Amino acid sequence: MTQQRFMQHPWSNWMKATGPEADIVVSTRLRIARNLQQHPFPMLATDSQAQEVVNKVTEVAQSDAMKARGQFELIRMDELNPLEKKVLVEKHLISPNLAEESRKGAVLLNQDESISIMVNEEDHIRIQVLLPGFQLNEAWEIGTKIDDVFEKVLNYAFDETRGYLTSCPTNVGTGIRASVMLHLPALVMTQQINRILQAINQVGLVVRGLYGEGSEALGNLFQLSNQVTLGMSETDILSNLFSVANQIIEQERAARRYLQEHSRIALEDRIYRSYGILLYARTVESKEASQRLSDIRLGIDIGIIKNVSTFACNELLVMTQPGFLQHHAGQKLTPEQRDERRARLIREKLTSKDMA
Amino acid sequence: MNCEECGKRPATLHLTKIVNGEKTEYHICEQCAKEKGDVFGGFGNFGINQLLSGLLNFDPMIKKEGSQAKEGTAGTQKPLRCETCGLTYAQFSKSGRFGCSDCYRFLGDRLDPLFRRIHGNTQHIGKVPERTGGKIKVRKELDQLKSALQQYVAKEEFEKAAEIRDRIKALEQKIAQS
Repeated sequence: MTQQRFMQHPWSNWMKATGPEADIVVSTRLRIARNLQQHPFPMLATDSQAQEVVNKVTEVAQSDAMKARGQFELIRMDELNPLEKKVLVEKHLISPNLAEESRKGAVLLNQDESISIMVNEEDHIRIQVLLPGFQLNEAWEIGTKIDDVFEKVLNYAFDETRGYLTSCPTNVGTGIRASVMLHLPALVMTQQINRILQAINQVGLVVRGLYGEGSEALGNLFQLSNQVTLGMSETDILSNLFSVANQIIEQERAARRYLQEHSRIALEDRIYRSYGILLYARTVESKEASQRLSDIRLGIDIGIIKNVSTFACNELLVMTQPGFLQHHAGQKLTPEQRDERRARLIREKLTSKDMA
Repeated sequence: MNCEECGKRPATLHLTKIVNGEKTEYHICEQCAKEKGDVFGGFGNFGINQLLSGLLNFDPMIKKEGSQAKEGTAGTQKPLRCETCGLTYAQFSKSGRFGCSDCYRFLGDRLDPLFRRIHGNTQHIGKVPERTGGKIKVRKELDQLKSALQQYVAKEEFEKAAEIRDRIKALEQKIAQS
């Protein structure tokens, strides 16, 4: 089955590390929530009503207009085992909610995995665009065009005053949630991060960890996204996020310069220690892995580590997650076995010749 | 300081509740907080649902209706509910999720305070569906022009006002024709 491909390899378009500001902005994500008129929202839908939505969405996905936007493959959640679902979550292609709680949940994925359209998540349709680097407008351009293709055929639930109607009142209006994943090690090291996070909350934006709501900011990765969806236009939402993210990027750059000028040896020591540990360790816990990888990524950015690529770091970020490790092993693993496999995977990746 | 509830363990959670200007302070230990989860708002899994329903239940008017619906007494007023999917306001305020798109219409203005709290706004300004939203787009433009017209009249800038008046006429004709 071709859909196995999405689970087998860790590679996704967003990991390329090629986009603008890729040294700090790992990836950009844009999500558009849409619902159909005269269909109860997924939470209240019966199985047959939910199936009807899947059929309608799939039909549009197979139309010529959509084919012009990409070749999509449908993956139904009930066809996957728990590990396979976990892998898709770890690659950010589906949400934990779709994997665990949806009925008749499905996802349409394009070939380079930059577009995923979730069906019967909290809303009928959730279009997600995931790009490497800092590409907010590009993501919106792709997303809004796919939205238009659906809208030509499907009757969206839209209201003149409230905008696009969504299951949760926090998404109503534009239905968009834009986010950028930022790698901010220097702001964490110089202990400026809390001050910045507090300021962010006051300008209508939120910060979360790597895997969204409720997740920890592991490996100095922070997800910055808009909170307000009603009463602001898409352009304003995006430019607000853009300018705040830009300021944070500047702050991170300044902090990196400061560390290089004032604590050069301590910084180099930290980076080389992490590099050394990952090169030789025989077991590594996932929390330690993300912290050490963060150090290595910083080392690459400031030119200390030369024979490892940022792409490899992104890949390792996903490959060392519990779901991917176990799926790759083809079996369930105990935490100890996982730590051992994780250490081996990292060693192999860091020493392989073709990755530099 | 020891926990106010059990008096044995040290108090690790210090809460200040302000309801309608009335301030109450609690000093409790974690175990009692867990047991008394309801009273103190539940620390365990405090998600967006609880947050939203917290926002909704703060409205004393709504609280009254919620308890009415729970008791199942047929009061003089029917509980507010969506006629399409049957979701009541009380159910919505509990789950924080709508049942269908018609809920927005049936629950109507009641939702304004909630939207204002979440978004600071109640009105959508942004993308409008291309196919089904054509009229809406024109109507939105009309509203904007009409308020601009009033402003120009108030400022006695009649030339500009006349210009806008003509544009309004053209748009109204366009709507009538479609």
